[in-house]
Amino acid sequence: MNILTRVINLPGLKRKAHASRQAEGVLIALAVITLFASLRYDAFLSEYNIMTFLAYNSMFILIGLGMCFVIMTGGIDLSVGSVVALSSVVVAKVSEYGIEVALPVGILVGVTTGTINALVITRLKIVPFIATLAMMLGARGMALVISGNQSVDVSWESNFTQFGLGKMFDFIPWPVVTMLLAFAFCWLLLEKFAFGRHVLAIGGNEEASKLMGLEVNRTLFGVYVLSGALAGLSGVMLASGFGAGQPLEGLGWELSAIAAVVVGGTLLTGGLGSITSTLLGAILLGLIFNILNFENGLGTISFSAYWQSIIRGGFLLVVVVIQAKMMNRKKAH
Amino acid sequence: MNSHQGEMKGDKQMNTSVLEERSKVPATLSARALSQVKNNGALWAFFLLLLINILITPNFLQIQTLYVNLTQVATVAIVAIGMTLVIASGGIDLSVGALMALAGTIAPMIFLSDFAASWPALGLVLAIVVAIAVAGLAGLFNGYLISVYKIQPIIATLILFISGRGIAQVLTNGELQTFDNPSFEFIGTGRILGVPVQAIITIVLALSIAWVIKRSIYGRFLLAVGGNEKAAELAGVPAKKIKMLTYMICGLLAGIAGLISTAINSASDANQTGQLMELDAISAAIVGGVLLTGGKAPILGAVLGAAIIQLVGYTLLANGVHDAVAMVAKAVIIIVAVYLQQVKGAK
Repeated sequence: MNILTRVINLPGLKRKAHASRQAEGVLIALAVITLFASLRYDAFLSEYNIMTFLAYNSMFILIGLGMCFVIMTGGIDLSVGSVVALSSVVVAKVSEYGIEVALPVGILVGVTTGTINALVITRLKIVPFIATLAMMLGARGMALVISGNQSVDVSWESNFTQFGLGKMFDFIPWPVVTMLLAFAFCWLLLEKFAFGRHVLAIGGNEEASKLMGLEVNRTLFGVYVLSGALAGLSGVMLASGFGAGQPLEGLGWELSAIAAVVVGGTLLTGGLGSITSTLLGAILLGLIFNILNFENGLGTISFSAYWQSIIRGGFLLVVVVIQAKMMNRKKAH
Repeated sequence: MNSHQGEMKGDKQMNTSVLEERSKVPATLSARALSQVKNNGALWAFFLLLLINILITPNFLQIQTLYVNLTQVATVAIVAIGMTLVIASGGIDLSVGALMALAGTIAPMIFLSDFAASWPALGLVLAIVVAIAVAGLAGLFNGYLISVYKIQPIIATLILFISGRGIAQVLTNGELQTFDNPSFEFIGTGRILGVPVQAIITIVLALSIAWVIKRSIYGRFLLAVGGNEKAAELAGVPAKKIKMLTYMICGLLAGIAGLISTAINSASDANQTGQLMELDAISAAIVGGVLLTGGKAPILGAVLGAAIIQLVGYTLLANGVHDAVAMVAKAVIIIVAVYLQQVKGAK
């Protein structure tokens, strides 16, 4: 198969087939775990648990969505965890002016770091891994400098904390609303706009995309800025939901986000991916912690919180080994 | 496009190594080390830093300053050596910090056990051997996933990055293990002829691994695999075995670093040992001149890279600059180092 047909095919039939198979797999796993948990724990399907769970995990889902776009282009963004911390610190400083100011400021922080990432990647031609690794250090350093090495209290007088703690119609927490809006936005962007097809084409084959006249640099720019902006938004949720800008928070979040994307079935080589599966992947990884909490609540056995990282790692292992076996079998044919 | 560039660079690298091999000029290790570092400018950066420090940092030219820096740089340098090998094979290892925590946790568990109480010497030897072996096995596991299942290194090592520290935390319930064991602490706080022991360990490891890379079949094969894996495999290089061995060596080195770090503190802390080490090691390896596209393994460069990063941090700290600014400085150094590498590569 020549390169052109590969590029043309990938965004179309092949991708749809792959994505739907992945989504099915994640969905089945999710359904099994949910069924198990709802039978075992009384409060699992309660409104309180579902809303708290979703509100807390919204932060991770947001950066997972951004990461999904980045990975679909064949890149990676290691800076998101630090950007969350930086954004949370900055918005805590401006929290007295209310959420109307803090929200755009937080997103702007992410857009700025994303722009720097994009410039380093597209202009200096430095691989995304290194460019965003440097930003990971840089943004963390900035967060620590701005906060003076300690958490920054937010203002409780303004409506700032309403965003993280309040609910729309007294029912759905604002972070969940925001997350769902971001999800819809990302889904539309990937499925219904030329941008999404460009992202997949670049991930499929960057050189061929260039030859076909795609604006590769502009698309990459958009992807890293989007990832940064979502991380910035996540930082606003962090500061507003926990009442403090936290320069040391977000350590390793980028890797959880990558794990969520991979569990969702998006290939790290780019060119394939699904926003829905990423959402499901993030929820699946989050559920592990939720279930451990319930299990401890039952009191029959006691798992320390440390078990969650072992289980998450084990889960990731199973998923990538299955994926690898499927890929290798396909290649063998 | 990136992979294309990589292949080109790799080929160039293979050519030069063939040329070196043919000319067989008897060069001393130090002369070769010199040419190795002169090429990427890291040595100049190092001397410049020294000069700046002599001029502006108070009490810089004192033996105490040297000791402090040697003590702090050793673990990063050791892990950076392993990282250099892994990057030279065309991969990356995110799990090194977690493996440090794992080894650092296991050793005290053994020498604090009842068994070691009755057999102190045997207990100590077992503690060191088992801890390092576990880290090596973990590295082998990484290598197995990467070479047999063809899982991308970043994801394969992400698994142990997440769960390796978790295992260490579960083993100790996340609590600090403090101990008072002078023979074990010797590797972190002892001195031989006035030189800190961990500095000696670092130098011995660096020189012997640099020698292995230059002189052994393994070294040749490693660079061949990193330069162009398919070509190497077609030429009969056992690429899978080479990769597994490389990740295992990286794990072993991380284990040694974990023991040193634990010995320095006289305590093992599963939550903190090796935290963010993967970043420091990658940075040091890159500043030391390793190519991210594989095919080049400047071992002594990695040690120098670690020294440069350490010295930058020390310079800022000693002159009263905020600790966090050092992180930003590190970020800039990484970008500049990689950019200069690429500019030179394009010529």
